[in-house]
Amino acid sequence: MSVAVTVLYFASLRERAGKSQETYRSTAIDLAGLYEELAAQHALGWPRTQLRVAVDGAFVDWHQPLREGSEIAFIPPVSGG
Amino acid sequence: MSADFTLHESALDISTLRAPLAHAQAGAYASFEGWVRNHHVGRAVTGLHYEAYAALAEAEGAKVIAEARTRFEIIDLRCAHRIGDLAIGDLAVWVGVTAAHRDAAFAACRYVIDEIKSRVPIWKHERYAEGDATWLHPQP
Repeated sequence: MSVAVTVLYFASLRERAGKSQETYRSTAIDLAGLYEELAAQHALGWPRTQLRVAVDGAFVDWHQPLREGSEIAFIPPVSGG
Repeated sequence: MSADFTLHESALDISTLRAPLAHAQAGAYASFEGWVRNHHVGRAVTGLHYEAYAALAEAEGAKVIAEARTRFEIIDLRCAHRIGDLAIGDLAVWVGVTAAHRDAAFAACRYVIDEIKSRVPIWKHERYAEGDATWLHPQP
């Protein structure tokens, strides 16, 4: 059973993916699995352990299951300030 | 009343930002200004661009400020961060704190800028004199 989600890309991840967002259908059991699929598809290059993940504008655990229609962002190390 | 943490696409005006911090009980005002410098790890920098995941940056920035309000004996606190294109010398980030006494004002100001730099989803894209540019993703 697959789930459709919106994925947002920022900074170097956006450049690697070649897009700032996409709608993606996945059978991954959790966010970690989704990242592994997309990292392979777009050659994102970042090990998952160096990223954080957010769903619908809040940081969450990588082992949260995918929810239909949610907005997911992978967060590379930040450099504001 | 403006939010405690705000993102701005145009130049920050400090007198506007600090105005709401004025309180009759305040005996101290501490601030931090982060400026765009012309060098990074020995390379000449000509300018930079800040990109943010705005919804999450505003939520996480507000959380940092709420933490500072509970940790320190302060009266008021705000932080403003630029996004978009910045030139050398531009004000990139501002933190302002008022308190009855200076110790709490300094401590809260330091806490906020350190947490903003480590947690809030904003990324710096630096342009160099040689013509190349790169995203900065410092490892914790």
